[in-house]
Amino acid sequence: MTNDAQTWRAWLTSERPASRRQARLGRAYAAWSRFADNRLAMAGLFIILALLLVAAFADVIAPYSAVTDGDLRTARLLAPSAEHWFGTDDQGRDIFARLVHGSRITLFVVILVAVIAAPVGLLIGTVAGYAGGWVDAVLMRITDIFLAFPRLVLALAFVAALGPGIVNAVIAIAITSWPPYARIARAETLTLRHADYISAVRLMGASPARIVARHIMPLCVSSVIVRVTLDMAGIILTAAGLGFLGLGAQPPSPEWGAMIASGRRFVLDQWWVAAAPGVAIFIVSLGFNLLGDGLRDALDPKAAGQ
Amino acid sequence: MALAGSARAGGRRRARLRSTAMAIARFLVVVALTYLGLLAVTFFIGRVIPVDPVLAIVGDRAPSHVVERVREELGLNLPLYQQFFIYVGKALTGDFGTSVLTSNPVMTDIRRVFPATLELATLGTLIGAVLGVPLGVLAAVRRGSFLDQVVRVIGLVGYSVPIFWLGLMALLVFYARLGWVEGPGRIDVVYEYTVTPVTGILLLDTAMQGQWEAFRNVFGHLILPASLLGYFSMAYISRMTRSFMLTELGQEYVVAARAKGLSEGKIIWRHALRNALVPLVTVIALSYATLLEGSVLTETVFSWPGLGLYITDSLQNADMNAVLGGTIVVGSVFIGLNLLSDLLYRVLDPRTRAR
Amino acid sequence: MSMTRMPIRMPMTAVKNLVARGLTRRDLARGLMGATAAVLLATASPVLAATPKDTLVLAWAIDDIITLDPAESFEISAGEIMGNAYDRLVRFDVADPSKLYGDVAESWTVSDDGKTYTFKLRPDLKFASGNPLTAEDVAFSLQRAVKLDLSPAFILTQFGLSKDNVEEKVKKIDDLTVVIETDKAYAPTFVLNCLTANVAAIVDKKLVLEHEKDGDLGNAWLKTNYAGSGPMKIRDWRANEILALERNDNYYGEKAKLPRVIYRHVKESATQRLLLEKGDVDIARNLSPEDLAAVEKNADVAITNRPKGTIYYISLNQKNPTLAKPEVREAMKWLVDYDAIGETLIKGIGTVHQTFLPMGLLGAIDEKPYKLDVAKAKELLEKAGLKDGFSVTMDVRQTQPVAGIAEAVQRTFAQAGIKLEIIPGDGKQTLTKYRARNHDIYIGQWGADYWDPHTNADTFARNPDNSDDAASKPLAWRNAWDIPELTKKADAAVLERDPAKRVEMYTELQRDLLKTSPFVIIYQMVETAGVRKNVEDFVLGSTSDSTYVFRVSKN
Repeated sequence: MTNDAQTWRAWLTSERPASRRQARLGRAYAAWSRFADNRLAMAGLFIILALLLVAAFADVIAPYSAVTDGDLRTARLLAPSAEHWFGTDDQGRDIFARLVHGSRITLFVVILVAVIAAPVGLLIGTVAGYAGGWVDAVLMRITDIFLAFPRLVLALAFVAALGPGIVNAVIAIAITSWPPYARIARAETLTLRHADYISAVRLMGASPARIVARHIMPLCVSSVIVRVTLDMAGIILTAAGLGFLGLGAQPPSPEWGAMIASGRRFVLDQWWVAAAPGVAIFIVSLGFNLLGDGLRDALDPKAAGQ
Repeated sequence: MALAGSARAGGRRRARLRSTAMAIARFLVVVALTYLGLLAVTFFIGRVIPVDPVLAIVGDRAPSHVVERVREELGLNLPLYQQFFIYVGKALTGDFGTSVLTSNPVMTDIRRVFPATLELATLGTLIGAVLGVPLGVLAAVRRGSFLDQVVRVIGLVGYSVPIFWLGLMALLVFYARLGWVEGPGRIDVVYEYTVTPVTGILLLDTAMQGQWEAFRNVFGHLILPASLLGYFSMAYISRMTRSFMLTELGQEYVVAARAKGLSEGKIIWRHALRNALVPLVTVIALSYATLLEGSVLTETVFSWPGLGLYITDSLQNADMNAVLGGTIVVGSVFIGLNLLSDLLYRVLDPRTRAR
Repeated sequence: MSMTRMPIRMPMTAVKNLVARGLTRRDLARGLMGATAAVLLATASPVLAATPKDTLVLAWAIDDIITLDPAESFEISAGEIMGNAYDRLVRFDVADPSKLYGDVAESWTVSDDGKTYTFKLRPDLKFASGNPLTAEDVAFSLQRAVKLDLSPAFILTQFGLSKDNVEEKVKKIDDLTVVIETDKAYAPTFVLNCLTANVAAIVDKKLVLEHEKDGDLGNAWLKTNYAGSGPMKIRDWRANEILALERNDNYYGEKAKLPRVIYRHVKESATQRLLLEKGDVDIARNLSPEDLAAVEKNADVAITNRPKGTIYYISLNQKNPTLAKPEVREAMKWLVDYDAIGETLIKGIGTVHQTFLPMGLLGAIDEKPYKLDVAKAKELLEKAGLKDGFSVTMDVRQTQPVAGIAEAVQRTFAQAGIKLEIIPGDGKQTLTKYRARNHDIYIGQWGADYWDPHTNADTFARNPDNSDDAASKPLAWRNAWDIPELTKKADAAVLERDPAKRVEMYTELQRDLLKTSPFVIIYQMVETAGVRKNVEDFVLGSTSDSTYVFRVSKN
């Protein structure tokens, strides 16, 4: 067994890889071991994995239904106790159950926004940075217009136009989220495009599209990913902000942001109604942040310092 | 010989002048296009939102002939592009229309609400930068230590806690229980009509008029929401500072400087920080711009009559004149700060110069 | 091929200016300490928690005020301001709304045919501006309201006044006499109650016409200014921020006790509560049930309340074929847990009420035949052929308590198999959809425009024209409820001059609607305010314009 493992490790960490695949896997392994050494990053990973598990097994974990159980007259705004670990909300529903089911929605929101906003931002940023000239100017103007907009106004407007519901809210948030990624990607591209090896590839006859797609983008991906994970908390809170203004998840959906928004009326006396989802959001954001930091340290060793 | 040289030099100077002129012209066109784009998008949004703006004016009880009449008066029955051109034309003369919600010209409204947000955002960013930069530097220098973790966690809490929750808690503790700060609102009722609003920035107005009691009162009202925003700002700035400082401290010149025998303090604060300040300034500028767009949630909790609430209320009532006016103001701020940071970036970091 | 990074050298004056030369950690620390000291000093002066003794400060959400012109104003907050700042011909007694007394009018008579009202005014009245108040101003104000024809004008035009005839029908006879002619012989209480409304406020003709522009009768100016004669005058209005009233020393009657009354716009109930508990406001008007309960325990605060003429209801759009079935309409009324809602979500701010006339209006009855009965509802649904329930949507404003009630109702509906999808939106969005009849179910409120039962009968029980482009769009129309018979009954009731008979007719109407209407009426609003103990004589009125702050004093 150990012999096998040792030969694998030797193969991955070899200083003279025999094939491109070996080199790529070797780099990935090196990044992973740097990541694994970072305890905080592992904590972040652990939190995210826990989130995934909770979301997957929500039905099993939650002791009550998130939507139907709860008596308005008798079970309203109960303090945390043995029957209700995090107490009940203003409709008598168990908060812990709602938190657990809400994790699915949180994951959904976060993944969808990342999947929409990051690639869009990356594409626009790298194309703008590499092409330069009027392409750059036009794309950056479009980016500026989106950036210049009061973010909540834009999100509000889109949600109002598209109709209520969590999916539309997600699209609205994504549409307002991509500009920073575009700027980051463009900034990186600007510094990269004069590098020697880019010039070399260009001399070899690669088309601009190929250069951008296969050489520049991969180098920008890591910083965009890092930025995306750091933005996760902001995304969840923007969804909460939309809920605050009445245009987020549809009731009785146990979306964490909506739970905070509706719990704010009780913040002074029944603090647990807003505190529970607040703590949940905090832990998940913490996890994403630690993960993001760890990724950045692992993927770009120079930035990690001595 | 000299004649030919000077002619060449003259030619070069002329060429540089021409290119600068062209650059300025290009810049102006770009700015104009951005504004136009902003207006167009906002205008479009206004027509796409499923709210009848007339409702806000006439209310729910108005008989339908009144509703129709008002709609006609507002020009809402004209085709969309016509409405847009009329609007742009008026805007160029500085007339941004009248708000349906306040019956005031939009610019008057904005001249009232923007200074409130400006005051808050400026103080908040100041607090954020003054606290965030040193903390970030310390965290970077003592990387991995307990101090580093503490700074990072404090920052993370700043990212991930809902601002209205923190605001209400802060009010409860510092205002209601401890009485250390003043409550919601910008100024106490007692001083409300003793100060003549000149700039709209109450700190300045009270100071200029020598009303020191009122000044103290305004500061007492300002400090809590500004600290709140400052906290969020600090979270972001300290994180970015740490990140940039780490990059700098990993550079070869730091090693070289140490080898030369420079003191650690000088290396950190004089050289590394100064290098890190280049991208950091753009970060601070962006953070400032974000605060300037007005935080609806903070303004709601603290009853702060600022731009965020103004724009949001107007949007929810489809008061598009007000939304357009507010968007232009916010947009101008963003464009201005973006351009400034773009400029700084190009000036200070030669690698990004394209030509 | 490594990229060599060039260290950036420092003749960058820009950056130099940003960092003070040789900023060391010590400098930083000193700076921080200095700043902290300054802050502490600044806030060290004792927090002047109390409001000034000569000013009444109220915390209220006044963001609904969009105009100060009484001929245009229709919002609740503006209503109260108008009620304190403007006089009218007659007012009703706050303690007993059925008793009317003359405000600007000293006395009045109604002709035998019931169509002519003659008012004799008090002599020597003056506006706040100093101009004399005569029949000229009274006639002008009423004519102006009709001519401007804005939202509240219908209150006057509904008895036959129009732009063309108002100068004939509303006339000044001499300096102290005004005559109003109606087109039909309405119940005098009806007409007089309409004249107590804000739209009939007396404005200073001379002052208003001085600021007239393009024939707008001074509307543009009066939107943000004041031209009245009431006990308080409007000193300042900053939208969504503050509204300040000042004592009017030209007022004919008992002068206001306090020289100043200030309304502060505070949107959050929690913020209002903190301000009230600290004494930074004297009265808080928008406390939620939970905050009310907490504030009640405070020794310095008392709670006062008053049932208002506003009812909250759920309405079923009859354009939806499922909801049009009479069994479904009734079943929905059995699927609301009125008691639970009454004990929790609206505790202290509402009382369960099921008829369309709020208590306090002439003829209102308090019958409550419905309660939560899932079995009965299921039976009715089965009779309608909907044994397995059905799906339907409800447009809900995201404000409390409406949003909470919607969620509670969602769960009780589900018990009978009705799948309710809540479509959240903000106020104007849901209203736009409602007025266009594009909804399935709507949850909302209706407030009395004037203190007469016709105000609600007109909207719940009358639908003269159910077509899509009808001229008037009462609530019955918005829900496409075609009721020619009930319309006739409501029309007859407003013309009945005998009060006892009127009561009978409205009782019958209410019972009819309880049985067949698409309106599931849930509760009547109770306006509640937290008042600091040193405030005296603050009494909430039953309508928005009868909360008289000029009678309040502080000790």
